[in-house]
Amino acid sequence: MNNLNLIYPELFIGISLMVLLIIGVFKKNSFNLITKFTAFSLLIAIPMVYINDNVSVKLFSNNYIIDELSSFLKILILGSSAFALFFTNQYIKDNKIDQFEYPILIMSAILGMFVMISSNNLIGLYLGIELQSLSLYVLASLNRDSVKSTEAGVKYFVLGALSSGLLLYGCSLIYGFTGSTNYYIIAENFDSQNLGLIFGLVFILIGLAFKISAVPFHMWTPDVYEGAPTSVTAFFALAPKVAGFGAIIRILYVAFDNVFVEWQIILIFMSVASMILGAVAAIGQTNIKRLMAYSSISHMGYGLAGLATGINEGVSASILYIFLYVVMKIGSFACILIMKRKNIYVENIRDLSGLSKNHPVIALSFTVFLFSLAGIPPLAGFFAKFYIFMAVIKADLIALAVIGLVTTVISAFYYLRIIKIIYFDPEQEKFDSITSNGIKVSLTFSTLLILFYFLNPSILNYFVNIASKAVQ
Amino acid sequence: MLAHAIIFYFFAFVTITSSIMVISTKNTVHAVFLLILDFVSVSCLFIMLGAEFLGMITLIVYVGAVAVLFLFVVMMINIDFAELKSGSLDYMPFGLLVGLVILVELGMMAVSWKYKPDFVVKNPMTTTTASNTESIGLLIYTDYFFFFQLAGFILLVAMIGAIVLTFRRKNSLRRQDITKQVSREREDAVELIKVISSKGVKIND
Repeated sequence: MNNLNLIYPELFIGISLMVLLIIGVFKKNSFNLITKFTAFSLLIAIPMVYINDNVSVKLFSNNYIIDELSSFLKILILGSSAFALFFTNQYIKDNKIDQFEYPILIMSAILGMFVMISSNNLIGLYLGIELQSLSLYVLASLNRDSVKSTEAGVKYFVLGALSSGLLLYGCSLIYGFTGSTNYYIIAENFDSQNLGLIFGLVFILIGLAFKISAVPFHMWTPDVYEGAPTSVTAFFALAPKVAGFGAIIRILYVAFDNVFVEWQIILIFMSVASMILGAVAAIGQTNIKRLMAYSSISHMGYGLAGLATGINEGVSASILYIFLYVVMKIGSFACILIMKRKNIYVENIRDLSGLSKNHPVIALSFTVFLFSLAGIPPLAGFFAKFYIFMAVIKADLIALAVIGLVTTVISAFYYLRIIKIIYFDPEQEKFDSITSNGIKVSLTFSTLLILFYFLNPSILNYFVNIASKAVQ
Repeated sequence: MLAHAIIFYFFAFVTITSSIMVISTKNTVHAVFLLILDFVSVSCLFIMLGAEFLGMITLIVYVGAVAVLFLFVVMMINIDFAELKSGSLDYMPFGLLVGLVILVELGMMAVSWKYKPDFVVKNPMTTTTASNTESIGLLIYTDYFFFFQLAGFILLVAMIGAIVLTFRRKNSLRRQDITKQVSREREDAVELIKVISSKGVKIND
């Protein structure tokens, strides 16, 4: 009971989830109220996590860990989800999916992500993943009158259940051969000569790669991103990736630390495949949400490249990458959500033409995000990639760095194509004027952070370094 | 010991044959019944291994809830499974390939299989002479308390999800409101009008 204060964030989110659920059931049309309260609770939870920032404690007989890494990623999840709630509010109301369960499901997904990040036990990892995914399946098919949305939900559910099955199979193998589900005991008993353990490791990696949509387990991503309501897509692109990365870092660098050579090659393969597929497949896309899906696949590839190094620099570069990725995606999705003509949301890339004349400020910030996603200096996206490549070269993975650089150039093509459409294509009808404050705030925040990150990168890098030291 | 072996092989045989018949039988209702038989014999095997809690849970959850629910669904919706299966031969080569890979994997696993010697006695909780159920209870409510609560949250989310995706509030639906019915007065419903001869009555509605 002494350490109960360390899981206050989890308890707080769990309790507020239940309280808000009851309020929502008894009060009619309470979407606005519940969304406000949810965003408010997420913001309250941030300082609660931050108080524990400098501790490293194991709870529930070493099965649950609160350390700098978990605190950093949790704050990132809370912040990005709060932004996602703010800037998607208008979209949800316009599309009449304003059920009060929407924010509640987001909250339960966040609870699942917290457990994924902090769990030091395979059971906890599985339960966290399930809690998160189950909420996301429902969110994807929330617009149940739309064929696309239900299709996305069903597709996500079936493939997600399959990947959970593979993950569980891997967990059972690991448990059978090491005699425990605790990461520390697994690390003690992991014998790299044992084929069964290696199989278990591979299956667990498959399950986790599915959750962060790394190639070759990415097939669901474009369809789900396109089909789900844009507000849900924005959420998909932000927090679940952070949680997936947290889980991967913890399981690879704690449980499977002494079999580094076994999983390094898998990670390198996934990273290279994601970077190449993300860059090449995105070229032919016409729908901006599908394009964002491929863009996140390729970004996951860069993130995994950092983890494949096995050195501290690589881990901190990956954490920094995922942070800046989240900031860039917040901005990009805020821009996608302004694509609205006569109250109908459009998703085609062609619809962006003439944005520079009708909405010059938004066109400018969208350009900043796209340049940053492409990795053009001096924007934040460049530094994210720069640190990754530094770490990769330091770990003597020259081939990986070269492939990464080449795919960066390829992917720059489709980002630049959007910029060309925005600035040089014939003008079209104006988008509706922006009424949502959430979009304005998110755009301003992420544009400023991306533009001026280079002025003082050490502030962020300081936190990232502390976080990455936690698993070494 | 011999009796034990005979009973074990009997249940093992029933398990394997019934599970093969589940996928080979044409009649779906039969398939569900065979599935139930499969679960029952698996739970018997669990009990023989000394895992009586797991056996009972299998019986309650899989037979009592899952399989019966499945039976209801199969009986109520009239799906022609023979027609659904008709195209499945096209996927046969790919299916065989996947099956082959899994078979090879299982073979490799079986060759390299060895239990950790201190497999069961790792946890001090389970070394006591307590029964199965008792030791699971001891673990669930201490070390795994947090995860146990989390499992509850997963069930809550499943419930919320089912309601969100299926519940439709119909405004045209007329619900019975007993209080309203009982508190209805005569004056609300009945109006006495004096009918004037050869003029008729104008009903205001």
